[in-house]
Amino acid sequence: MTTAADILTSESYGNPYALSHLDALEAEAVHIFREVAGEFERPVILFSGGKDSIVMLHLALKAFWPAQVPFALLHVDTGHNFPEVLEYRDRTVAEHGLRLHVARVQDFIDDGRLRERPDGLRNPLQTVPLLDGIEKGRFDAVFGGGRRDEEKARAKERVFSLRDEFGAWDPRRQRPELWSLYNGRHSPGEHVRVFPLSNWTELDVWQYIERENIELPAIYYAHEREVFQRSGMWLTAGEWGGPKAGETVERRLVRYRTVGDMSCTGAVDSDATTVADVVTEVAASRLTERGATRADDKVSEAAMEDRKREGYF
Amino acid sequence: MSTELHQPTPALESGTATALLRFATAGSVDDGKSTLVGRLLHDSKSILTDQLEAVTTASQNRGQEAPDLALLTDGLRAEREQGITIDVAYRYFATARRRFILADTPGHVQYTRNMVTGASTAELAVVLVDARNGVVQQTRRHAAVAALLRVPHVVLAVNKMDLVDYAEPVFAAIAEEFNAYAASLGVPDVTAIPISALAGDNVVEPSAHMDWYGGPTLLEHLETVPVGSDPSDEPARFPVQYVIRPQSAEHLDYRGYAGQLASGVLRAGDPVTVLPSGLTTTVAGIDVLGKQTDIAWAPQSVTVRLADDIDVSRGDLIAAGAAPEPTQDVLATVSHLHERPLRVGDRVLLKHTTRTVRAIVKELPYRIDIDTLDRVPQPESLQVNDIGQVVLRTAEPLALDRYAVNRHTGSFLLIDQADGTTLTAGMVGEAF
Repeated sequence: MTTAADILTSESYGNPYALSHLDALEAEAVHIFREVAGEFERPVILFSGGKDSIVMLHLALKAFWPAQVPFALLHVDTGHNFPEVLEYRDRTVAEHGLRLHVARVQDFIDDGRLRERPDGLRNPLQTVPLLDGIEKGRFDAVFGGGRRDEEKARAKERVFSLRDEFGAWDPRRQRPELWSLYNGRHSPGEHVRVFPLSNWTELDVWQYIERENIELPAIYYAHEREVFQRSGMWLTAGEWGGPKAGETVERRLVRYRTVGDMSCTGAVDSDATTVADVVTEVAASRLTERGATRADDKVSEAAMEDRKREGYF
Repeated sequence: MSTELHQPTPALESGTATALLRFATAGSVDDGKSTLVGRLLHDSKSILTDQLEAVTTASQNRGQEAPDLALLTDGLRAEREQGITIDVAYRYFATARRRFILADTPGHVQYTRNMVTGASTAELAVVLVDARNGVVQQTRRHAAVAALLRVPHVVLAVNKMDLVDYAEPVFAAIAEEFNAYAASLGVPDVTAIPISALAGDNVVEPSAHMDWYGGPTLLEHLETVPVGSDPSDEPARFPVQYVIRPQSAEHLDYRGYAGQLASGVLRAGDPVTVLPSGLTTTVAGIDVLGKQTDIAWAPQSVTVRLADDIDVSRGDLIAAGAAPEPTQDVLATVSHLHERPLRVGDRVLLKHTTRTVRAIVKELPYRIDIDTLDRVPQPESLQVNDIGQVVLRTAEPLALDRYAVNRHTGSFLLIDQADGTTLTAGMVGEAF
């Protein structure tokens, strides 16, 4: 009956009521979900099928148990998704009786509102369909899985991040955030991005996945895959535009540390086949997950900051 | 307490159950704060190879030979271009014993606002001084802000000991002066540590130059300082965030009140008062995120079921023990955060826990000079970075605790009614 299993030994910390760091982070994230449910009209969870959005959904399910999650999901589909991830997404939506909105980059390319980039990267093209999806759905709060440990512009992001009618992030206009008092007031046309995992690290996310026994798409674990090397990363060979002439395909044992668009998300060499293996691997890694796996962050010193100003997460 | 509360946890056995410590650093670049933060992250192996590479490249682009660790924390283009820090940056690192969240607050004009923000969630504040200069006006300001925000633990890091020949008397004199000042502010716990962030003395590794110092290194102290208060000493406070009513066949009559315990311990069977209505009932049961339980404590997020069908909604406070008397008259110490000044007669919104009400500024009895602690009576207005006392009248009653007693149910924000700007951070009761 009691949650004695969540308590630390009093010998270690002198306080039988101390919470483990995962319990403290979970309590904070759940508090954030409930604040948004209490204060906004039409919140939505940005759901990519990546591990951070899966952890967000898991927290939302716990936050409102035994009721339904009172939010819809929004997926920005780059058109270069991993099939395992789409399958996971659709199965999860059905299992929990959720509503899913999809904003497709391909639709915007097809009708000329977006143009394919020469480098084939589609992550930078997500912003326009994202903002369009937010406007069409009249969403006033948008949950994102962004974490402050990911990147230095994100280190200065608020939990409640106010965006203007262009979705733009202005670091100088952000409100000071004190205690656990989040100010979500916004004008018509504006919306608030909400980051319940702000204070989590990559290792916390994996430890939580292990503790809660959360299922992930299989590509997060080591598997054999046809890959080729570009910019020091292993990219999946496929119809999205790789490999080019001079790039050789080989079969390697890899896993993904992040899951985004296939055109810019790299796999890492790994033999971690279980969540416990991954926790060990992440704890020992000498590279950040974005540094190891994201081509779009290497464009310039302020690549993420620039994209956030344009309305990206 | 039943003995089962003391059993080791499965999480602890698998090595993942470490406690979380939130702390803030205060000091300027001149005191070596960036170097200290860089040293903590670097020596605890929290800076990863690609981050160090990025800093090294950026330093070389600026014509610097050695990697400038300040570039790790100065995240935004505007900050790097101007060589300043705009905002509080949050840093994350872990040792085998603890996970840390560091609020790194900058030391320029907006200083007070940023330090107040960083200190509001901190359980420990590191105040940095230069051993050659000792306690200066800025040090007293840092100590005052930590005391004002009721940060339970303060560390005085006496830096640049290498530049005073690692001399004990220099350290002892600074520590003595600071201790006396902190005591006068009511800071409950001060630990002074002699360090050299540049040379690495007593930050992570013990110093080979200061045999006379028998205390912990800064990191050892951060790893062992008690985290959190003992909730069993505090009355339970549970602000209701959301009412959960599934209305499903399986949970037809379920009605639960979702929230995060602000303080104390709540048990099934406890008599409670719902505020501001004053209605009383008992706790029928508690659900901790999907699991039924009979006990919960701060800061857990839980769902509380009540024995009686009474009117409870978002913004109400479920309280056990001595309940606060709801009031429409609020006397508080505030830190003004916005360029728009706060004046007598201003109509604002007041956000307290999960309740937002309209309020009028009735009086500004005094402003506090944070450097001297002198009170300047009846100021015309409170400007950005000012600390002062306000008297407010609210449109609806609020169940307030004094901030000195409860940092959650004793704190509030003032918000601009027109555009939603956060104007002011408030702490119920007298300062210090």
